[in-house]
Amino acid sequence: MNPSQLRFDLRMIADMVAPKTRVLDVGCGEGELLKFLRETKKVDGRGIELSMSGVSGAVRQGLSVIQGDADTDLKDYPAQAFDYVILSQTLQATRNPREVLEQMLRIGRHAIVSLPNFGHWRVRLSLLAHGRMPVTSSLGFAWYDTPNIHLCTIDDFADLTEAIGAKIEKGIAIDSSGRTRAFTPPDWKANLFGENGLFLLGNK
Amino acid sequence: MNLPPALAPGVTDPRTQTCSTAELGPLRLDCGVVMDRVTVAWRTYGSLNADKSNAVLVCHALTGDQYLADPHPVTGKPGWWHTLVGPGNLFDTERYFFICANVLGGCMGTTGPMEINPETGKPWGLSFPVITIGDMVNAQALLLDHLGIEQLFCVVGGSMGGMQVLEWAASHPRRVFAALPIATSYRHSAQNIAFHEVGRQAIMADPDWMGGDYLLHGTSPHRGLSVARMAAHITYLSEVALHRKFGRKLQNRTNVTYGFDADFQIESYLRHQGSTFVERFDANSYLYITRAMDYFDLAAENGGKLANAFKGTQTRFCLISFTSDWLFPTQESRAIVHALNAVAANVSFVEVESDKGHDAFLLDEPEFHRTLQGFLDGAAEQRGLG
Repeated sequence: MNPSQLRFDLRMIADMVAPKTRVLDVGCGEGELLKFLRETKKVDGRGIELSMSGVSGAVRQGLSVIQGDADTDLKDYPAQAFDYVILSQTLQATRNPREVLEQMLRIGRHAIVSLPNFGHWRVRLSLLAHGRMPVTSSLGFAWYDTPNIHLCTIDDFADLTEAIGAKIEKGIAIDSSGRTRAFTPPDWKANLFGENGLFLLGNK
Repeated sequence: MNLPPALAPGVTDPRTQTCSTAELGPLRLDCGVVMDRVTVAWRTYGSLNADKSNAVLVCHALTGDQYLADPHPVTGKPGWWHTLVGPGNLFDTERYFFICANVLGGCMGTTGPMEINPETGKPWGLSFPVITIGDMVNAQALLLDHLGIEQLFCVVGGSMGGMQVLEWAASHPRRVFAALPIATSYRHSAQNIAFHEVGRQAIMADPDWMGGDYLLHGTSPHRGLSVARMAAHITYLSEVALHRKFGRKLQNRTNVTYGFDADFQIESYLRHQGSTFVERFDANSYLYITRAMDYFDLAAENGGKLANAFKGTQTRFCLISFTSDWLFPTQESRAIVHALNAVAANVSFVEVESDKGHDAFLLDEPEFHRTLQGFLDGAAEQRGLG
């Protein structure tokens, strides 16, 4: 599998994973990231996915994936079972983001989290100028049908990592044209111009 | 089924004419009894490769048997998973060697209550020891020893077959490379024990059951066994499937008859299911096998913690459940998945959307079959089976 075939955000996540490690991808879809990691980094990967079609697509590729979700299916894994637990664009859709993040760092030595930044200037502008809930490319739902029930800004997320005693080992802000910038929060630029935030977390 | 207690010399037993049998043993049962010799009847499909690494053990359900893919010798009906097995098929006989053995306690040639007890010269009847899922698995392990197979590439089965798969993985972990428990549970629920008890009581209430000695008396508790099958059959379906297939449609009539004839198609269907079942199944076998399922509790056997059953397992698991299965609902499979996660096992799990109820695992469900195929292909690659 060629790196250019992998979705941009997944490629950035893949770059954070060291070779020959154990990875749990929460919300893995049909397992394209796991497959990429298996083929390019000899990673021992597992996945959790909500949809039947996603799981069966992943199993068809010889991946080990269970049907489940981040809120209910992390608690059974033993501590430090994985080197990385990945949650891509999903934390804001969980019922209890704090607990999910705590579980990720309990069962993994590292957590990799990507999320849409509610502090992005387009979001702020939409509320300020129009008085409307923002609908943007990374937040493409109307308020009444969005799965994103726990939105936060990059700075908010940094506060949560602090509150649960996690360490941000890497922070990357990705703007709307896909440019990336490494940062250490608090960082007002990242919080204003990053449409998405990507974090590598570790235990303190 | 009401075969004579002892077949006349020189008469071939129709049940085992088209399969293999062997006398194996000794077999120590969970109840403490040691059976010096047990007969196991089995059928194979495909051929074993040189390093004996391509064997797949298929475990049958409560009323299944070793005739996985070829016609049943008593009823002439196609094998219970015949749609899956064949060259180039999902269960590819050009690639794998399939073994399917009649379970201990069964009535298709493996030692069970209708066979002759060598010590008395009479059918075992109720003097047959009570058996467990573990005993069934240990009998199969004797068969593998007999065939010289050290490790199975895969053990697969649905319902009670799935219980055997779990038992295999728990008690013979090194002999199982991959495990596929389908529509099953790690322990029989109170509701399922209740349904089984209704079936057993129906059999035992039939005067022709004769305290279990019907073979000696030349009678057959077919009415009781038929009622047991009718009640059980309902649990294998779903309300939606029943409604779609039968609704309130009447059987060959335009009005109800104000009587107790089979006015409704569903009644006629169930009566047919009951009456065809008794042609091929033994009432005492039904008692023993349902009991074995009732006793199954893999958590209790492991200090109350299911995860203990799989500690250190290297087996690759794939569990499959069906949304409309209320006999072995998804939450039971999910509990197994959680236990496997707790020991960081290699596990996949899919809940397949189907309105066909528990029986979905025997029927044409494309998504189910695609998952089976994908898991087998992935495991075969890991095992180095081309």
